[in-house]
Amino acid sequence: MPKRTDLKKIMIIGSGPIVIGQACEFDYSGTQACKALRNEGYEVVLVNSNPATIMTDPEIADRTYIEPLTKEYLEPIIAVERPQALLPTVGGQTGLNLAVELAESGILERYGVELIGASLRAIKVAEDRLWFKDACRKVGLDVPTSALVNNAQDALKLAGQLGYPVVIRPSFTLGGTGGSIAYNREEFSEAISHALDASPVHEALVEESVLGWKEYELEVMRDCRDNFVVVCSIENFDPMGVHTGDSITVAPAQTLTDKEYQRMRDAAAAIIREVGVDTGGSNIQFAVEPATGRMIVIEMNPRVSRSSALASKATGFPIAKIAARLAVGMTLDEIPNDITRKTPSCFEPSIDYVVVKIPKWQFEKFAGSDPTLGTQMKSVGEVMAIGRTFKEALQKGIRSLEPSSPWRAPADAPVSLLREKIATPRPDRIHWLFVALEGGMSSKEVVELTKIDPWFVQQMQEIVAVNRRLASVTVETVPEDLLREAKRMGASDEQLAQIWKTTPAAVRHRRTKAHIAPVFKRVDTCAAEFESFTPYLYSTYEDEDEVEPSDRPKIVILGSGPNRIGQGIEFDYCCCHASFALHEDGYETVMINCNPETVSTDYDTSDRLYFEPLTLEDVLSVVEREKPQGVIVQFGGQTPLNLALELKRNGVPIIGTAPESIDLAEDRRRFGRLLDELKIPQPKNGTALVPEEAARVAGDIGFPVLVRPSYVLGGRAMVIAYDLNTVQEYVAQAALMGPARPVLIDQFLEEATEVDVDALADGEDVVIGGIMEHIEEAGVHSGDSSCVLPPVSLSPSVLARIRDYTKRLAKALQVVGLMNVQYAIQRETVYVLEVNPRASRTVPYVSKATGVPLAKVAARLMAGRKLRDMNLPVVETDGVAEIAVQDYYAVKSPVFPFNKFRGVDTILGPEMRSTGEVMGISKSFGRAFAKAQLAAGQRLPRKGAIFLSVSDHDKRHVAPLAKELHALGFRLIATRGTAAALEAAGVPAEAVYKVNEGRPNIVDLVKTGKVDMIINTPLGRESFYDEKSIRRAAIRYNIPCITTLSAANAAARGIRALIEHSFEVQALQSLHVKKAAAQQLPSSAD
Amino acid sequence: MGTNLDDEESTLSHIESLVVREFSAIASNWRSSESAQAYLSRHNIPVLWDVDTRALVRHIRQVGALRGVVATDGTPATLLVAEARALPSMAGLELASRVTTEKRYVWDRGSIELTASPWHEAMGEALSSGETQKFRVVAYDFGIKQNILRLLVDHNCDVVVVPAKTSAEDALELKPDGVFLSNGPGDPEPATYAVETIRSLLGRVPVFGICLGHQLCGLALGGKTFKLRFGHHGSNHPVKNLLTGQVEITAQNHGFCVDPDSLPSSDVEITHLNLNDHTNEGLRHRSLPLFSVQYHPEASPGPHDSHYLFRQFTETISHWKLSGALRRGQAKA
Repeated sequence: MPKRTDLKKIMIIGSGPIVIGQACEFDYSGTQACKALRNEGYEVVLVNSNPATIMTDPEIADRTYIEPLTKEYLEPIIAVERPQALLPTVGGQTGLNLAVELAESGILERYGVELIGASLRAIKVAEDRLWFKDACRKVGLDVPTSALVNNAQDALKLAGQLGYPVVIRPSFTLGGTGGSIAYNREEFSEAISHALDASPVHEALVEESVLGWKEYELEVMRDCRDNFVVVCSIENFDPMGVHTGDSITVAPAQTLTDKEYQRMRDAAAAIIREVGVDTGGSNIQFAVEPATGRMIVIEMNPRVSRSSALASKATGFPIAKIAARLAVGMTLDEIPNDITRKTPSCFEPSIDYVVVKIPKWQFEKFAGSDPTLGTQMKSVGEVMAIGRTFKEALQKGIRSLEPSSPWRAPADAPVSLLREKIATPRPDRIHWLFVALEGGMSSKEVVELTKIDPWFVQQMQEIVAVNRRLASVTVETVPEDLLREAKRMGASDEQLAQIWKTTPAAVRHRRTKAHIAPVFKRVDTCAAEFESFTPYLYSTYEDEDEVEPSDRPKIVILGSGPNRIGQGIEFDYCCCHASFALHEDGYETVMINCNPETVSTDYDTSDRLYFEPLTLEDVLSVVEREKPQGVIVQFGGQTPLNLALELKRNGVPIIGTAPESIDLAEDRRRFGRLLDELKIPQPKNGTALVPEEAARVAGDIGFPVLVRPSYVLGGRAMVIAYDLNTVQEYVAQAALMGPARPVLIDQFLEEATEVDVDALADGEDVVIGGIMEHIEEAGVHSGDSSCVLPPVSLSPSVLARIRDYTKRLAKALQVVGLMNVQYAIQRETVYVLEVNPRASRTVPYVSKATGVPLAKVAARLMAGRKLRDMNLPVVETDGVAEIAVQDYYAVKSPVFPFNKFRGVDTILGPEMRSTGEVMGISKSFGRAFAKAQLAAGQRLPRKGAIFLSVSDHDKRHVAPLAKELHALGFRLIATRGTAAALEAAGVPAEAVYKVNEGRPNIVDLVKTGKVDMIINTPLGRESFYDEKSIRRAAIRYNIPCITTLSAANAAARGIRALIEHSFEVQALQSLHVKKAAAQQLPSSAD
Repeated sequence: MGTNLDDEESTLSHIESLVVREFSAIASNWRSSESAQAYLSRHNIPVLWDVDTRALVRHIRQVGALRGVVATDGTPATLLVAEARALPSMAGLELASRVTTEKRYVWDRGSIELTASPWHEAMGEALSSGETQKFRVVAYDFGIKQNILRLLVDHNCDVVVVPAKTSAEDALELKPDGVFLSNGPGDPEPATYAVETIRSLLGRVPVFGICLGHQLCGLALGGKTFKLRFGHHGSNHPVKNLLTGQVEITAQNHGFCVDPDSLPSSDVEITHLNLNDHTNEGLRHRSLPLFSVQYHPEASPGPHDSHYLFRQFTETISHWKLSGALRRGQAKA
């Protein structure tokens, strides 16, 4: 059926900031949907609060709003734009929930907006567990026995009837937040109360456990003519009990016969029809009892999802792109398959390879959290690997995770430990499984303990068997057949080097001599049945190679691997931009990455895509085959940077800033000398390998000091130490952790303001992209701090110095491309904290705020173009060119995953823990801050009570803030010390007990809803632990909790703005209208 | 996954050899009764594994279907190539009469039930319908897949399977309500005996053909068939039903094809189209009760989207019976 002509303008809602359970996969799907609809001639209005996305690039939609994803901001956008339709199915759970809210509140009806893709009824049936179960039973399908509860008594009674273990699933939460499995009454009591609190409707499902059953997912599509296809089947390696987002998963399903698979397919078709998802994609999950084959339906997502992104990458079938077209009335048979060009999308991809997805966890960031995996998703990212066999894909996947050091089991682990380690799913279970099998544990025992399908265990056994044979030879004596067999199973040179106690280079040498090299095969949706036109490739050890490299000038861009805290979507954004810009300039662009969630691994993004691990071996293989003019390593974060020097040593042409400069900037001593030469101040610092040395260094510097390991991203494992003991303990621990790498000890600048600067340089000229002032004071990791562009409180002389230092640093480091500098300003002195001659986390935010795509410009500089030829909209200030900032403020705020990690303290510090970010734009700083807070999920109150508890140090500065809040009409509640300080300053405040002083205490007030905002600034160790429970309660009851005085001041300005103004919204295209005209940069392709 | 008796489609395995990238050493499935290795060695089928099968597929895609030999005795490649070249091409080869049953037999087994749940068992009685009308179907075996027979039984057919060369008169003597023409190997053109049979059945009894049965119908209606470059194989072919506009995902396995332009459009209507290469996938007679499809609606393996054709067959039979009664009534009057 042809597309609808009654619709002209369609609104798409994005998924907001990156959080656990909702990451860049929705940037991928949303971007695809926007592009698809515009290609069909529709005008697209996009709303998303996340500036780090490709979808919010002004070229992707016609009208782009970076605004909070709440009803009160959506309504004015709808009122201004008047779209005829809303596509709610490509923005994750956030987009779907918001669409439901807009529909139910009558806003859509009021403005005549039609929901397309999924009707309100379909969304509700699919999302409501009981309705969904009814729907399944109506079409003759089996579901787990369960019931909804809204109070603990009913829940306990029900659990008793079902028998333990039981599963608890709160209604309407993301990524299974608040869900768990309880094995006994005691665990159940605690879990149910948590689940009810986590649910926005105070409701949870208590369900028969299907723990240990085989778990499957089908990614399906349906069009308005009722054509139905299964795009991909996915089987979970980890059986039921582990959230599918936390499971290792395999595509296609490996252990079903045709009869069983077709039964599942029939069930999926019946469900999507009964639920009434008329057009688009859905994800349906099933469990199968291994011994009997009983199949039950678990759940459905009536929208594109993390799994559909994975399925798209696994098959080459772009689900979101097609879902968008189906939503406007097209049918599957009239949409051509991009890859074959000649065949339609109305087919089921056939796969002649195996895909393995492995999640990436970061429990080490959240001290005190329990790393056991369950029904609530806790991973922060994932990798996907493609191989011709499961064994090859599994081993490629494991190395794609980029462990900072190879995983090693403690020597001679006792069998009892092994059993425990494999029976309980945790992030390292896959490694323990290999250890257990290597130690001789039988497959049977492994299956009994883990319920992992025997077929998977057998595959691992086969890897172990080959490893055993490898261990009996050396790199010199290994027979060629055996070496080839090992490589065909996916063993890396590094793994082989470990077995043979030699270097990866020696293995590589041996391999080259034997002519054992990978070939590249294509992902083509059809197992080679038709010719493919899209070079989407993976490496394997086979006979035939399908690369067909061109002889056009080409540039390889190394991606950033799995999302993790500190290295997420921002870097993928930069990589995509590099690809877009260089493609526009006539280069053939080649992307290498292994993250299935991202836009960079969309086969539409670059001319050629290699879905490969980002290791030296894998990258070299691609480079040898493609022979590019240049390789870009400065956009993908630390992952490609870690490879830079080795790549260069192997003759790879790295373009942009030389790896040596990058290395220099990371080397404390050499960099310190450079700063001395340039006469640029830095905090006093030193390094230490042993505790005694650390004591001496810290003594010389003076406390407090900042202690951290060298060579890290996202400030892993940093601490601020106020005493010698902490420093010595830290150094002793660091020495235990790994190979001797020095610990860095810096003077910690108290009460300093931190500033981030992103700059562009071409070796001759320097242009400042943006100067961002942090709202939290120095000491909070820059990635966890809110910041504002342009700065609001810096003096002209400080700004002049920042500009001057930035320019001189870029020149001294001979930066070609991007550079990020972090400064701390203490009493008008500007200190350089850090220089990173590469793309930074703030590049997309600055680009969105200024309208100048920094990463694109930088990519062009790396390819040899000059700043002076780019016609950038700059102004000269203090003799330094800077991208002009218009008359508005852009505030970036971080988003934290604390609700996923029970028991973890939420206090901000030098360790980065945020997963995502949002941006608020306004003519007033206060309102921009309030918007950013709201977008980050912190709804600032307009009235009510505010609790204040500040450190002794802050007591001196709290009075003006308290007066402002009082003047705004808030009741102030404070701990005795703070209350006394306020009374002394003439501000009325009610005193309340601290947690350990008596009851009702402050936590009781929080829990009973008597507090609307918390300002709690601890400094120093004592209060740190004392007040942890207040902050935890705030998270649990979703009350804004501000932990620095500077942020509290910003919040007060935000609250004033909220009280005084109505909701103001503005599209990026209007904001940057002048700039776009002046700039004349070619815009991105389609 | 291994193998099990329920999933067998024939009493014999008809492949000469199995070529795979990797062969699973174990069977892991609750229905498995024999590992794949045991099954294949029981049937004397060699497995060639560790092969770059994708390269093989690409090669066939580029040069067309090939003949081949598998050898393990060290014979030099040049000799093996010569041997392969000496093998007869499928074109012009009549194979149905070689694989058909020797004697007619009755088939009475329906589809197997995969493990039902306790809930299904509780619901079972409520769901079972009381339909009793039975249809008597004669199924021509040109190399029939057993799942066709199971689905016929599921659709209330009493099935008698007859050898390929059974004449129309012999078949009609069994007083069938409908005649089914099966799939099978080989080139349809030399199977002139079957074409004759269909011509003489046409208009006397409802006919439903699948795959080779479809090609034979095409020939019987005056059309021509031709050999495809590398055929259609696999379980993901989109076929559009031109009567409803809906697309079915189908299982296919054929090397020959009916040329739709060769059919007399006055008598024959094209009903199904392959969306990948736009070749013919189905036809029906405009006035007489005959229809056929090129693909495998019985699937097994493959999607069940086209099961409706079996219902269409029994509906055609019912309708024919009814109109037959009317005809007879009119004749009497």
